[in-house]
Amino acid sequence: MAEVSNAKLRELEDRARLLRCHILKMTHQVQSGHPGGSMSACDIVTALYFHVLRVDPRNPMWPDRDRFVLSKGHACPVLYAALAERGFFPVPELMTFRRINSRLQGHPEYGTTPGVENAAGAEGQGLSFGVGLGLAARLDRKAWRVYALLGDGEQDVGQTWEAALAAAKYHLDNLTAIIDRNGIQQEGRTEEIMPLEPLGDKWRAFGWNVLTINGHDMRQILAGIDEAHSHKGQPTVIIAKTTKGKGVSFMENVVRYHGAATTDEELKRALAELGEAVP
Amino acid sequence: MTTTAAIPWKMESQRSYFAKALIELGEKDPNVVVVGADTTESIKTLDFGKKFPDRLFNVGISEQNMISIAAGLAAAGKVAFASTYAVFGVAHTYNIIRQNVAYTKLPVKIFCSHAGITVGPDGATHQLNEDIGLMRGIPNMTVLVPADAPQTAKCVHAAAAWPGPVYCRFSRTNFPTVTSVEDPFAIGKSYVMRDGDDVTIAGCGIMVSRCLQAAEELDAAGVSARVLNVATVKPLDTSTILKAARDTGGIVTAEEHTIVHGLGSAISEAVALEHPVPMAMVGVQDVFGESGEAFELMEKYGLTAAKVVEGVRRVMKRRGR
Repeated sequence: MAEVSNAKLRELEDRARLLRCHILKMTHQVQSGHPGGSMSACDIVTALYFHVLRVDPRNPMWPDRDRFVLSKGHACPVLYAALAERGFFPVPELMTFRRINSRLQGHPEYGTTPGVENAAGAEGQGLSFGVGLGLAARLDRKAWRVYALLGDGEQDVGQTWEAALAAAKYHLDNLTAIIDRNGIQQEGRTEEIMPLEPLGDKWRAFGWNVLTINGHDMRQILAGIDEAHSHKGQPTVIIAKTTKGKGVSFMENVVRYHGAATTDEELKRALAELGEAVP
Repeated sequence: MTTTAAIPWKMESQRSYFAKALIELGEKDPNVVVVGADTTESIKTLDFGKKFPDRLFNVGISEQNMISIAAGLAAAGKVAFASTYAVFGVAHTYNIIRQNVAYTKLPVKIFCSHAGITVGPDGATHQLNEDIGLMRGIPNMTVLVPADAPQTAKCVHAAAAWPGPVYCRFSRTNFPTVTSVEDPFAIGKSYVMRDGDDVTIAGCGIMVSRCLQAAEELDAAGVSARVLNVATVKPLDTSTILKAARDTGGIVTAEEHTIVHGLGSAISEAVALEHPVPMAMVGVQDVFGESGEAFELMEKYGLTAAKVVEGVRRVMKRRGR
């Protein structure tokens, strides 16, 4: 990947701000969903969909596309927002999120929503699914790559580590895992619920190339993905240090916003902070 | 009642036919891949791996991983088989199959050996008598229970051509061969193995041979039994089953599986909704198994021709014939 211009970085940052506004409005209109973990992953997802992934919104099932596997399915508002802004489906459809007869299910459904690559919701299955995709790409001698976004809560799940073993066994260097390390899961701080640190050492011990970045710094995100591409013979995991609820001061690092939508008043304040006019 | 001599069945390995069919399939289609979980030698997927080393993935004792990896392979266009012992492959992985295979409608073919009580000496931890029920309860899932080794091979080919998820269960134990390689097989079809008017005996898996034996014994006693091989438990061949209910007025089901939520339940659901007739269910009676040789266990847990005959007597008495 070539050096990214400052203008491009600013464009991506603006795009991420727009996606955050969508996340807030989508979860607010239905008064449910998971804004906190969507906002922590927002810069990563923006970088992927608006700079990295080779995908075609007019042909979502293009066989040679890169695959983005959202393992932390509850963060689907950020995925839907990115897909809509990328042109996979109309932006106004975002406001049907979690409503009856919508294509935008509370957790991602495969085959229904254009651009969604996997079903997720029950945690811990995405990395294994990504391993299967990566093995298929290699068998077919294809250049497309697989990116799996995992939550840090998913590090509790045994299957995550089963997948880690398998990806290392098969030297899947076409697979990049990104951990949204926001430090909070449903009931509290990850280090209180189930301590994970030293997380990087664990992945290294499982045979992975480990990178640690600031998951809200666009330049670091792109550089990390770049480095993952050039690393051969091993899968790479990028531990992205993030803040749950990132972008809205009163939501940042607050456990409650894992699974709680904003009130009318909070939405106004949040959108104002993000620079959008109040609807 | 006169005792009838046991039918001298040829006994054959479902695993061997499964393995041969996989290789045939792999030769025809380079997209066929197999994911295994540290049982590849035992269930003979290793034969496929020796022939196609880059197309067998042994992921060790990580069956949840096995299912999701197979789903990922299928999502990228592979004809993906996931294969291990039933207790690990479908009991340990239920929610993975539900979310990553069935909900996604991905055409993963889950072929599990060592189903049922005929696993034998390994005991109850390894004898999964609940898999038919577990799998048929999931939307989009197809459930196959081949009666013998030749039918197991046909299940492999039919499943590969089937557009959705498939679960196929077979056994560690050699089964009596009750079909021939020439017999037709299609997913969704039940086959009349023997015609009769007085009662219907509907079996799956190894119990088809017990049903045929029971029909011989009943015949000697003047009762004409129709025997169905219900090799697809889901989608159930309701037209063949309802016709049998109408023609014969009573059904006995027989399965190497718990009578809770298995073949008997599936047939009783269909019959109760359209044409209720007296029924009896032969199968494991909502208990765990134990160690023992396969055929000792079948005797002790009531999976015998004699139990089928007993069921027929009860059904006929209830409807007053």
